[in-house]
Amino acid sequence: MQTNQPRRPGELVFNIAMVAGSLFLLWSAYGISGFEALSTPGAIPMVTTAIMVLCGGLILRDTLRKGPVEGETIAKDILPMPVIVTIAAIAAYALVLKPLGFLPTSFLFLTVLVRYLSGGSTLRAAVISLVTVAVIYLLFRIVFTVLMPPGIVPEGEIIAWFKSLFAGKGN
Amino acid sequence: MEAIHALLIPILNLDLLALIAIGTFAGIYVGAIPGLSVTMAVSILISFTFSWEVYPALALMIGIYMGGVYGGSRTAILLNIPGAPAAIATALDGYPMAQKGMAGEAIGIVTVVSFIGGFIGIFALALFAPLLADFAISFQPRDYMFLALLGILLVGSLSGESLAKGIFAGALGIGLGAVGMDPLTFTERFTFGTDALRAGVSFVAVMIGMFGISEGLMQLHTINTPAIKQKIGRIVPSWALVRKHLPLGLQTSTIGTVIGALPGTGGDIAALMAYDHATRVTKNPEVPFGEGAIEGLVAPETANNAAVGGAFIPMLTLGIPGDSVTAIMIGALFIHGLNPGPMLMVEQPDMFWFIVSALTLANFFMLAFGLTGIKAFVKIVEMPRSVLLPVILLLSIVGAYAVSNSLNDVYWMLGFGVFGYFLKAYGYPLGPVILGIILSRLLDDNWRRAIISDQESLWMLLKGTLSSPLSLVLFVSVILIFISKTPLWGMMFRKRAA
Repeated sequence: MQTNQPRRPGELVFNIAMVAGSLFLLWSAYGISGFEALSTPGAIPMVTTAIMVLCGGLILRDTLRKGPVEGETIAKDILPMPVIVTIAAIAAYALVLKPLGFLPTSFLFLTVLVRYLSGGSTLRAAVISLVTVAVIYLLFRIVFTVLMPPGIVPEGEIIAWFKSLFAGKGN
Repeated sequence: MEAIHALLIPILNLDLLALIAIGTFAGIYVGAIPGLSVTMAVSILISFTFSWEVYPALALMIGIYMGGVYGGSRTAILLNIPGAPAAIATALDGYPMAQKGMAGEAIGIVTVVSFIGGFIGIFALALFAPLLADFAISFQPRDYMFLALLGILLVGSLSGESLAKGIFAGALGIGLGAVGMDPLTFTERFTFGTDALRAGVSFVAVMIGMFGISEGLMQLHTINTPAIKQKIGRIVPSWALVRKHLPLGLQTSTIGTVIGALPGTGGDIAALMAYDHATRVTKNPEVPFGEGAIEGLVAPETANNAAVGGAFIPMLTLGIPGDSVTAIMIGALFIHGLNPGPMLMVEQPDMFWFIVSALTLANFFMLAFGLTGIKAFVKIVEMPRSVLLPVILLLSIVGAYAVSNSLNDVYWMLGFGVFGYFLKAYGYPLGPVILGIILSRLLDDNWRRAIISDQESLWMLLKGTLSSPLSLVLFVSVILIFISKTPLWGMMFRKRAA
């Protein structure tokens, strides 16, 4: 059950949080129907959260026994800047998706991330993003018929204009 | 007659045929590109296809699954980076072959043996699943409960660095599956008084978060690894070469089918076990294992493709997923109002035969696409990950949003993505979490049915288990698998040896 791998930065805190979270969930599971009967809706949640507490305890014990890994830091190996920036970018995407709309938000999201992660020119990132967003939009809007928030883009008018273009050709 | 009609559905319907072909083609690339996994692709696809009819949705997902399991071998051979966990063993001999300038030969033989393995797995599915389903109708609730436990325990004990972490992840999944209103008594569970949790946690959002976002974040650590360029020579293998390795391929296909059919185990474990089998039965390989032995490619690739058909056996007959992809497919069937299990086989046998037919077609497409277009493929695989990853993340966000046009699902996805990232970083396997969510309901419902029918008495439940051969076998399997992963097992055998 025990592994010989050394302890990674932040692993101890994470495992303590897992045990604490499991204990809280066990308490919540107890609150569902207590020890009334074996067939209550709280029975399986209580057993599973008790198992989480038990396993969490064993994991924590093993973590305490392990020595820290040499040369690893949280900033470099667990939460490096690209990971933080990406998480922030996804959260920002979710925040502005409704007001700004799918097309501009996705374009900005891709341009910023491609530019940041590849380190290339902004123009290159913008061109890649433009093409990608166009393909994704056409594929998901037409093939998968997914409705995304239009936001500031007059999407309905654009689609109607496209339709009228093709309708004109057909006549 | 009904079976023949269902078998012909994807063959005669051009739309379905095209979807299987597109799915297989896309699957090969998804499986091949490191950082993209079949599980990730299928979980994202669910959110886009849930408004479709069930046949087209399944056709696309089956194609991706079949192509993806095979596709993982490509980058294992070309770059020494397995595109999927099922291709880890393939890299051991595939990459040394590529270094000797034999990448084309390696890809060629892998494609042909993958086809053979895939076919054997599908044949086993067609042959044994109906028999197992007939047998499964007589299963008692306690048998389903033990099966669910067996699945979680198997995947928990085999997929992580420690048993405790695997079981913790499985229990977490069961807990997540229980969030919301209890369907039997309408009691609130883990809702903490919030409306957002009453309907439960969105399964698709959890899945995309755990497999799409967390994997994407993980890949950021190696984003600047430069691609290694390879030259491709002869691709299609000679018949003599295929015939020479056929006996081993048949053995390892059988291993793959059986391992794939065990609840919770998938192509990765099948491939590693088959590789181990090959090293033991091949007495004098032309090239030593680890240095470019053909046997080292034949064994894992037949096994992991055979495991695809195998994984559908417990999924369709018992409603228990064979691996994480079939776990997601069960979710897809639920979304389409279907309930996988023995009754699905009885009430809708056409669904079963449709799946068999779609898998067979995907297998043929895999052979065709596998032996062609490899030079173009090499160019795409060399695409920088700094471009690919943001696109995957965008697809994940769109996928989570599309489930119910709600930003809440995007936040759930992000939350579970970050949580999954930390779990992965600290060695917790994510497969058991998804399996736990899928099996939560099965376990909970059947536990309650079993204990109510045994008058709320654990003693009666134990007596019932001991008096039924099937329950006894399942119960003993659960206990043995658990003990075999604990220090107790080693102590027992050391004592005996002493």
